[in-house]
Amino acid sequence: MPEPRAVELRGVTKRYPRVTACDDVSLSVREGEIHAIVGENGAGKSTLMKLLYGLVRPDEGEIRLRGQTLRAHRPCDSIRLGLGMVHQHFMLIDPLTVAENVVLGSEPVRAGCLVDSKAAGEMVRELSDRYGLELDPDARIEDLSVGLEQRVEIVKVLFRGADVLILDEPTGVLTPHEVAELFVTLRLLKKSGHTIIFITHKLDEVLELADRVTVMRAGRVTGEVMASVTTKEELARMMVGRDVLLEVDRGESTPAEPVLEVSDLSALRRKGVAALDSVDLTVRAGEVLGIAGVQGNGQTELVEVLAGLRRPGSGSVRLCGEEIAGRTPRAVRDLGVAHVPEDRQERGLVLEFSLAENLVLGRHHRRPFSSVGLVSTKAVAAHADTLIAAHDIRPADASVAASNLSGGNQQKVIVAREFDGSPKLLIASQPTRGVDIGAIEFVHKSLIDMRDAGAAVLLVSAELSEIMSLSDRIAVMYRGRIVAEFDAGTVSEEELGLHMTGAAS
Amino acid sequence: MKRWTAIANVVAPLLAVVVSFLVGGLVVAAIGESPLRVYSILFRGAFGSVDAVGYVLFNAVPMVFAGLAVAFAFRGGLFNIGGEGQLYIGSFVCAWIALSLHGLPAPLLIPLLVLVSAAGGALWAALPGYLKARFGAHEVINTIMMNFIAIGLTGYLVVEVFKEAGQMTPQTAEIPVAAQLPRLAGALQSIGIPLPNANPLNASILVAFAAIWLAWFILYRTTLGYEIRAVGLNPKAAEYAGINIRRTTVMTMVLSGAFAGLVAVNEVMGFRHRFLDNFSSGIGFMGIAVALLGRNSPLGVLFAALLFGMLNTGALEIDVFTDVPRELILVVQAVTIILVVVGNELLQRRLGTRRTA
Repeated sequence: MPEPRAVELRGVTKRYPRVTACDDVSLSVREGEIHAIVGENGAGKSTLMKLLYGLVRPDEGEIRLRGQTLRAHRPCDSIRLGLGMVHQHFMLIDPLTVAENVVLGSEPVRAGCLVDSKAAGEMVRELSDRYGLELDPDARIEDLSVGLEQRVEIVKVLFRGADVLILDEPTGVLTPHEVAELFVTLRLLKKSGHTIIFITHKLDEVLELADRVTVMRAGRVTGEVMASVTTKEELARMMVGRDVLLEVDRGESTPAEPVLEVSDLSALRRKGVAALDSVDLTVRAGEVLGIAGVQGNGQTELVEVLAGLRRPGSGSVRLCGEEIAGRTPRAVRDLGVAHVPEDRQERGLVLEFSLAENLVLGRHHRRPFSSVGLVSTKAVAAHADTLIAAHDIRPADASVAASNLSGGNQQKVIVAREFDGSPKLLIASQPTRGVDIGAIEFVHKSLIDMRDAGAAVLLVSAELSEIMSLSDRIAVMYRGRIVAEFDAGTVSEEELGLHMTGAAS
Repeated sequence: MKRWTAIANVVAPLLAVVVSFLVGGLVVAAIGESPLRVYSILFRGAFGSVDAVGYVLFNAVPMVFAGLAVAFAFRGGLFNIGGEGQLYIGSFVCAWIALSLHGLPAPLLIPLLVLVSAAGGALWAALPGYLKARFGAHEVINTIMMNFIAIGLTGYLVVEVFKEAGQMTPQTAEIPVAAQLPRLAGALQSIGIPLPNANPLNASILVAFAAIWLAWFILYRTTLGYEIRAVGLNPKAAEYAGINIRRTTVMTMVLSGAFAGLVAVNEVMGFRHRFLDNFSSGIGFMGIAVALLGRNSPLGVLFAALLFGMLNTGALEIDVFTDVPRELILVVQAVTIILVVVGNELLQRRLGTRRTA
């Protein structure tokens, strides 16, 4: 008689009106292991975890926790049985303290009806110390960094006695340093007997952390392997269903004349706080300048100023010699600046618009899409059909609303639109954030193609590996300044990391 | 997905109408009347004769204009509650200009007055539009305030300045015949439709159809309409795309107000042939309900306006022939709107189950 698995799913199926999110999925997680579930966006990972946790009911199949079959269970039942979930989006109350958030719903009580905040603080401190989380129970959530907020979520789950933890894309919002710390914590948890289910689409993390990996594609499990005997290439193949180029194949750059020249540029964030502090940089035609930096060090503001979306305080921005600082977004665009914004749903797309309408956004007012104030639906549709075919956007239907596309395909729409029409300067901000491997491969290749076609490319990314593999030169931003600049190949990831945190200067 | 949304857009309002009739039936039963009898009187009053149908259409025309005004602004992300004020100003300037331009022939005068009516409403909506664009002042507050000003201003003008000589009623003199839109009874009789001569249905219904088409055309076939919809759906993306949000906001309000101003075409040019103080009694506000029921689509506004025209026509009959007060119709209308609003939310939740990782 084999020992029951910590978690076991057999033949679980969940259908939605238009898509089968999980199709006959079986999963087996052993006691005390770190089990990664990988797959592209839309592969069904999150749905599977919601089924397990009891947020969603399966149409078919069996779910077992330590040999006990769960039927129509809800999250509160899961918690009672020791199964906890750390969500992708944190569920914390900002004005309350760490301890208050942790105990919320099961507060220690004294004198019959009063919350024993002292006891709560003790308990939180004790848990925090045991797993090296370094949380201050009395700090308010609104004052914490994203990484610390995530730790609060983890403590919340532990406080309720969970010994099986589900973490849904926990590293998406973290800096490289915070990721390393999270991994230390997870290893400590494993050592003390916890079982961890870890959802991600980042293969490096899987190989570094997990014992066992289950791969999903399009709602089905395509394989289960030990992390110690697999490779990134093998996992990628199982995820995508074909061989994937993980490294960008790029030749030498041939930089020509300067296209973008920024000198002494400063800009304010709100309340008189400087976001940009005398930034100088140059991007030449035919080269990629990568800007590395921890999120929130002025990259967003720099891109906004360049795209005309934010007024600069002082300094100059020249495009092919012409001063463009302070011009409107339309004027900047019309001069040949393309911009892949960091938040595709908030800025890059009108989600309710059709693909055809989204594919002309920003150029809708120009010929051939508009003349004498009238839209040429014919030209708009033809443009859409061309781009959809050329970039393999799915579904290949120009009349579908952008909201119906997967994240990767939404990004393809933006990239297709912005890269079209040979821009002089291409600003790509976090171009692969939250998109799947197939789309990442496409975006990277497109960026290099643009470079080789003679565009100046400014790449801003929080992913160091992306910066390292695509850039011809790398500039590091820290607290609104460019603190270091390197030629590609002359700097290591560690060295960049030091500059990013201000430790090198 | 697209087909689902389309079906939902038609089925949901229909369902809301049916359920609200059921709720109205309960109210009738509670009063002690037979719901079947009351509703059969309602429908007979609305469809029982050519005359009745003519009244339904006549009542629907101002609803179309007022509904388009609200729906158009909604598309641009603005809530124009100022239709009432805009239609007062449109109607007043229409009567004023008509009275000032004696001797102009009808083929010139009528198109000119249609434009003047639209311009009056547009002007009145432009100010809150500008205040929104320039200072971020909320258009809901400001359009409501502009309603008070418009009603007060036109009331003053018609009592103190433009009152018809020798009359007690606060109204202007009758506009010249060349400025009056013909009634349709004669034309319809000549093609065999026996609409009585007394029926007020007039040529403004043609303007209403043109306005529906125009609203659709502006929104879906012009660059401005594309920009209006982009700003309405996602202002940050619109800004990113180089759309001038301030200008678009003002233009949205201007066009919205123009549709409201067109109410004058029916009320002044087609029916009363003069401006009467306080004539509207809430057409502009009914426009909000019409737009909601019509899901802010120009064609939807047409059907919603017809439904409201029908209810208002049938209400008279209920008043005359039963013990049920005509306010029952208000209950039915209000319940319909509530159900549509709630239904919208529910549907969005149902259909909004986006694919996630």
